[in-house]
Parts: sequence; structure tokens; C-alpha cells
Amino acid sequence: MGHPITQQTVLEVAKLARLNLTDDEAELFAGQLGDVLGAIDQLKQLDVENVKPMPHAYDQLNVFREDKESPGIAVGEALKNAPDKDEPFFKVPKVLGDGGGA
Amino acid sequence: MDPTQTTLIDLRDAIAAKTISAADATRAYLDRIDKHNGALNSYREVIGEYALKRAAQVDTGEVTGRLAGVPIAIKDCMCHAEGTTACSSKMLENYRSPFTATAVQRLEDEGAVVLGKTNMDEFAMGSSTENSAFGVTKNPWDTARVPGGSSGGASCAMAADLAAATLGSDTGGSIRQPASITGVVGFKPTYGRVSRWGLVAFASSLDQIGTFSHTVADAALLSQVMFGKDKLDSTSADVAVPDGLHDVDGAIETDGQLRIGIAKQYLQDGANTPAVTAAFEQALDIYKSQGAEIVEVDLPHTAYGIPCYYIVATAECSSNLARYDGVHYGHRTSEPAPAGENAIQHLMCQSRAEGFGAEVKRRIVLGTYALSSGYDEKYYDLALRTRRLIAGDFDTAFKQCDAILCPTTTGPAFRIGEMADDPLEMYMNDIYTVTANLAGIPGISLPGGFDEIDGKKLPVGVQLLGKAFDEARLLRIARLYERETDHWQQRPMVH
Repeated sequence: MGHPITQQTVLEVAKLARLNLTDDEAELFAGQLGDVLGAIDQLKQLDVENVKPMPHAYDQLNVFREDKESPGIAVGEALKNAPDKDEPFFKVPKVLGDGGGA
Repeated sequence: MDPTQTTLIDLRDAIAAKTISAADATRAYLDRIDKHNGALNSYREVIGEYALKRAAQVDTGEVTGRLAGVPIAIKDCMCHAEGTTACSSKMLENYRSPFTATAVQRLEDEGAVVLGKTNMDEFAMGSSTENSAFGVTKNPWDTARVPGGSSGGASCAMAADLAAATLGSDTGGSIRQPASITGVVGFKPTYGRVSRWGLVAFASSLDQIGTFSHTVADAALLSQVMFGKDKLDSTSADVAVPDGLHDVDGAIETDGQLRIGIAKQYLQDGANTPAVTAAFEQALDIYKSQGAEIVEVDLPHTAYGIPCYYIVATAECSSNLARYDGVHYGHRTSEPAPAGENAIQHLMCQSRAEGFGAEVKRRIVLGTYALSSGYDEKYYDLALRTRRLIAGDFDTAFKQCDAILCPTTTGPAFRIGEMADDPLEMYMNDIYTVTANLAGIPGISLPGGFDEIDGKKLPVGVQLLGKAFDEARLLRIARLYERETDHWQQRPMVH
């Protein structure tokens, strides 16, 4: 099934998804995604012009909760799994200045 | 009694009658896990000390309830405050949840004893558990074969009696397909019936928690406990749960005549193996002999289920998995940013590259592509419209019948590695199960008999699909079949 997905396209999309891929992965995915998209193309046979999109299985609108204070997860608990922290903050490498890159 | 060779309800009753203590029941399962998990790789993590502590509380009367002392296992994608919740991914290998998922909490509140977390395809993406970062789970009927997926650790644990019941999640068939090929009952309720709070998200509009068990009655009891609105999940349905849900031997409500629907889309020439066809025909005969009328229904958009699903599911997954950024929790790369590269961007991109496996990456790329500017209308919007057509097929069909009978899968378990290089072929595994997720309706896979390959008995299933929120009736219809068969009593020889 031919569907033109280039390695370059895969790398561009992966960049949007904040995902580093190796060249080998990009090459493999390009072929595989081409096949999958080829199969997906059969949806184009359908006449859906007057069909409403269905984003959820169970239609409901505007689920409200009471605007009332309730206990949440404590800061210490929330930071428990952080790879790096400086309480009460998550710690990341320097973003500005030298860390900002080109 | 041997607590590992019974049903959940019988074990529960034996513990209540003090024929056996909860501690002894838990120990028996832990011993069995100890003995067999090395070969089967069903559990990703066992929390034995915690389980024994809980069981002791049942024995002292401190913990009571409808599931008091019953040892269960949960799929590794359900947050649990004890131990780790890894989603069988390197990304979450050391993740310790600060809370327990609502579905699990409700079972624990009724006295269930959680033994551990079962292996799965990473982030529930797959049909074989081959995508787990912790190794493949084996099918207890033939360890050269897969137990299905993504809830393959849970189906294996059920089939090999490494728990009295297990919880799974079903996004495109991830409970029903593994149940079918390991010979157990797998039940996916209506979307919204069970809270998703604490279920690690894959595709939020499709994900649903459900059960593995040996019997329909066990599935119904667990459902009675888990079902119902949860204020922590705004998508959980505010629809009354019938008190008699657990009573699977109750009368089936009909307009005077039970009607079982069959659809040619599930029965095409050559599509199913002879054993699958035989199981389907046996089920059909049972319903006929029980006085049901068989009605032909049409589900003309069934073939579009897979392409539709793989757009909707990957689009939602690409968005849901954006949270794994190497900052808040989960894996963080130790590789410093190359000179001139934005440090935080590198941290995110590289942490994700190291933390995710190939199938997860593939789906993130596909989903991002399908949602990206210029393609969203061509793919995502088109898939959502197709989804309504598929749901419409079921609406029409359920005006003519009470439940639809069909196979769960086209054949028995496949060999480990057999489909590993061909994602498209792997995706086709879900052909009979995805449409229920897209439409949001409940489905149950029941042990349907056996195929035999290389001298090994390999289970196949039959599936019943029902109307949304009509689980009580679906389970009674399932029970009608189960009562007339003994497939569910067959157990694999585990060594």
C-alpha cells in the first residue's frame, strides 16, 4: 500500500510531539505509517458530509461541580515523583541565557 | 478447599463462613504466583506484604464487605497507593502514585485484597503484551503464545489462577481479546460506567475499566461494586445502577421474546478459524434451544472500525501522553543538551525518546500527524464522523434484538513474535472488538471452547454486545449461555 510518508515528515511530526527519533526509527516509522495511512484511506469511500462528528461515546455537556474547597494533594506528595526538585518547585535545567540555545 | 481452584464468589463465601481464613487464601495465591510467575511473567509487581496485612484485617473483622478477603490483581495502568504504577513502561518504572484509582478503591472498600499489578502492553498499546518494557507475558495454555493484550498479564493471571479475579482496561478490545484467547470471561462495561479516575489515560473517549473472571456472576458482582458516578471523573455516567446487576440468574427482561442478533460482517467466508466458527455455532444453538429468536442484523460500517479507531485512539494518545515531559514525574534523561540546543526542549525530547518504547512512539507520531494542521480534517474529523456511523449501526440493530452474538477474535492466540514486525497486521486483531469502544456499548467475551494446534488446547471465545447501560440484561443473557456449557471450568496445566 503506497502512501507517501517521508522520513523527513516523520521527523517533523516527531518534533511537534517533542520526541527525538533516531534516523533508523524515522525510516522504519515512515514505511509503517505509510501502510497504516493507506489502510485508513478507505474511510474516504464514505459519504459523511451530513454526519455529525462524534468525539465522545456518551454525550454530555458542561459537567459542573460545586465550587467548594476540598483537600488536594500536598506539595510534598506532588513532588514525590519529580526527577529533580527544589521544594516547592520542580527543577529544570537553565532555560534562559546559556541554556536557551540558538 | 484449595482457594486458588474456585470462583471469586465461592471463595468469598468460604472466607465469610470461616472455612478458610483470608490470610490463608492470600498466602495460597502468593505461593502460586511465586511458583509460576517466573515462567508466565503475569505480574509486573507483587505487593505481598501489603496483601497479607489487608487479609489479616479481614480476619480480625476490621475490614468487611461484599468482597472481604478475596485476592485480586489490577492492571499496571491503575494507580495504586501501594508500590509502583508503571503502565509497564520505562517512563513510569519508579512512579509511586499518591492515590488509588476509584475503581480499585471501591473494590478495596468492600474488602478485596490486591495482590499486585499485572503486566501489559506499554500504556495499553498493543494486543499481545509484547510491547511491555518488562518482557512478554506467556499464554498459560501454550507458553510459546501470547496471552493477548493489552491486558495480557491480567488474562494470564486469571487463566492460571494467580488471582481470584483481575481488573483490566479495554480501549479497543484489550479485555475481551485477551479473555477470549486465554479461556476466561472478559467484561467491558458501557463507556462511563466505571470511573476512569486514576486510570492512566491512553484514549480518554474509549478507555473503560472492566473485569476478568472465571464466571459471569463474578464479573457481575465486581461490576455491582465498581459501577456508578464518581465526582472525580466528569465523564463517568450519572446513570442509575440496578440493584439486581449482580443477580445473573434473574429473569431476562424482554418484550416477551428474547432476540439474539447475528451480523454477517462477523461471519465472512474464511475470516474465522473453524474452531471460532464452531464456538459461535454452538452458542447460537444454545440460544435457540433456550427459546431465543435469532435475528439477522446489519452492521454495515464494521470494516471501517479499525481505520476509524486508529485515528481516534492515536490522536487522543498523542495528546494524553504529552504529560510525560521529564519534568513533573517519570523518566528524565541524563544526557546533557548538545551545545547550542535549547536545554529544556532537549530534556523533554530526549526523556521521551528514552522512556517510551517503539509502539508508543509510533502511535504518538501517527496521532500527532492526524491532528496536525492540514491533516486534522482529512483524518481526525473524518474518523469522528465515521464513528457516528458505526454507533448508528448499533442503534438500529438494538431496535431489532436484545444482544448481538459474534466471535471475539478470528482465531486462537498467535505465537510470540509472529506479528511483531507488522503493526498493521497486529492492529487487525481488534476487528471484532473496536466498534464497541467507538460506540461506547458494553461487550463480554465468554469461553467458547478450544482449537488444537501442535497438541495444545487453545481457547477461543464468543462475544455478546449489548445496548449502552443495559449491562444487567447483557450479563443475564451471557449467563444463559454459560449455564449450558462447561468451557469455563477448563483450566490450563501450569508447571
